[in-house]
Amino acid sequence: MSVANCYLPWEAEIVERTQETPDIFTWRLRFTDPEIARQYTFQHGQFNMLYLYGVGEVAISVMSGDGSSLLHTIRAVGRVTQAMMDLRVGDRVGVRGPFGRGWPLFDARGQDIVFVTAGLGCAPVVSSIRYVVANRPDYGRLVIMQSVRYRHEALWAPQYDAWRGLPDTQVLLTSSRDKTRWPLWELGRVGVLLDQADYDKNNCYVMMCGPDQMLRDTAKTLIEKGVPGPRVFVSLERNMQCAVGHCGHCQMGGKFVCKDGPVFPFPEVAALMETEGF
Amino acid sequence: MAEVPRYFPRARLAELISVVQRAGFRVIGPRVDQGALVYREIDGVEDLPQGLTDEQAPGHYRLAANGTQRHFSWANGMSAIKPFVYAPRERLWRVDRDTHGIHFRPLMSIAPRTAILGVRACDLSALILNDAHFLRNLYPDPYYRLRRENLLLIAVNCSHAASTCFCASTGDGPEVSGGYDLLLNELEEGYLVHSGSPSGDEILQKLATARPSRRQLDQARHQLDACRQQQRAMPPAPRLTGLMSRLDHPSWDAVAEQCLACGNCTAVCPTCFCHREVEAPALDGQSSVHRRDWDSCFNEDHSYLVGMLVRPDIKTRYRQWMTHKLATWQEQYGRSGCVGCGRCTTWCPVGIDFVAQARRVLEDEA
Repeated sequence: MSVANCYLPWEAEIVERTQETPDIFTWRLRFTDPEIARQYTFQHGQFNMLYLYGVGEVAISVMSGDGSSLLHTIRAVGRVTQAMMDLRVGDRVGVRGPFGRGWPLFDARGQDIVFVTAGLGCAPVVSSIRYVVANRPDYGRLVIMQSVRYRHEALWAPQYDAWRGLPDTQVLLTSSRDKTRWPLWELGRVGVLLDQADYDKNNCYVMMCGPDQMLRDTAKTLIEKGVPGPRVFVSLERNMQCAVGHCGHCQMGGKFVCKDGPVFPFPEVAALMETEGF
Repeated sequence: MAEVPRYFPRARLAELISVVQRAGFRVIGPRVDQGALVYREIDGVEDLPQGLTDEQAPGHYRLAANGTQRHFSWANGMSAIKPFVYAPRERLWRVDRDTHGIHFRPLMSIAPRTAILGVRACDLSALILNDAHFLRNLYPDPYYRLRRENLLLIAVNCSHAASTCFCASTGDGPEVSGGYDLLLNELEEGYLVHSGSPSGDEILQKLATARPSRRQLDQARHQLDACRQQQRAMPPAPRLTGLMSRLDHPSWDAVAEQCLACGNCTAVCPTCFCHREVEAPALDGQSSVHRRDWDSCFNEDHSYLVGMLVRPDIKTRYRQWMTHKLATWQEQYGRSGCVGCGRCTTWCPVGIDFVAQARRVLEDEA
């Protein structure tokens, strides 16, 4: 963002709205200033600060698109996002961004790509999965592993079915709290999928998002299995208010997650993820 | 003190203040307020403390007469100069709503040209750290910049160290080494004055000054030497990074038993930068102001994430404050975030001694 005031949002219009699940919705936004719409670009894994009039801002990862068609998938969980769920097509919001360091998709060309996600939606990696799918010849094997609590929460399930049919692509799904095992689904946490994944451990990039504990445990397991630590990337979540490294809330040791992350090579944050309180 | 300073007698301090005022600055200086020294606007020399010194100890601050005519024979007051560049409450922008949409505009308040008289070495060091955080950043802060660019800094070398001071050990004082427009050394009978910038030169040219005597120069040097003999010493910065390998040390539990998590330490710290963003919608529903207020890592919601707190207890919050200030700050800005002013110790209502606590974790009883 090259404007002088990094705190000032731009106005954007909600041009399309999709209710994905009872508490998850997707906005398609368009900057109302055509110049901003034209200039806006982002990297996969970066986030925007979305502002709701009179309520406040919230950090949401960019799903896909560009300045005239920007997709954000939002889960209504907090004060701001719950109020955002009431907005309709045509309503205006504020957007500033993009912020942070994204996924290493450029460096990862020619390598096997492993995505591991846990939790609902996991929008931070979906945009990257789509990018790899769209640029399939640039990458080796593609392995997508996701765990959800309940199968019905698997927001991107239709896409998983489509991706499963791609060449050299594996989609592995598990639900941790369901009682019934469905076809193509495992029961349990994401760890149960790791042994089924088929990829070249020495020539791969792993990109993960989910709760800290899952990221830490999975990263350690993958490294034990032989994946080099610097090839394992995690997208972290912390309290972000300013998004520009000023407000201090997202600090993790010496890192500002908003501008040094949110995507980190696991070794950069491994030690602090072992200790409660960072 | 590289070049030879100039000298003026105490009676002429009033003239310095009026020269600065006539140059278009409001003058902020130390004033006694509710029994403590604070930086507030002053009209003239009569508003400054005189013949007062500060007695500081963990959880203790008292002003006492010391029988001199001096205006600056104290170590420091409650707040540093941070509030004049990084405002405790800063309005960032306003949004207006009409039938066409919502319209954002920045609220860049016009920062008055501000001279601060009596700036200490520790506070100038802290200002350099504030600059590093807010300006030498991928996203320079326009609000901070506006206030910072309108500052005239009149520093005064310390002649008196409080028992809580440890700037000599952090390398930040008691002698001012740079970053000022004018620098004073207060003597029994008057002031030595240096200029450190073109703005300082301009002020100094308008002031009647004389060549100081050898005795006056000696007096200034002896005062500073005496001031270097401080009762507390923070371990050196390389040693402080060791805090991060002692995150399980039992003394974190012990300090958590004492700490009230009140945030006094972070409020008086000259380098703490945390703030929260706050939305204040107007009652008529047509506009809203977005602002930032100082926050503290001791507040429960500082580490709030949906459904959880990263730092749910006082132990992890105290540990965050200390490890950030002394250890991980070095990773961020190339040095420790502590300038040795001792305010966190003085203004702690339960008297937690920051230096002693760091030493306990490091098991360094020197």
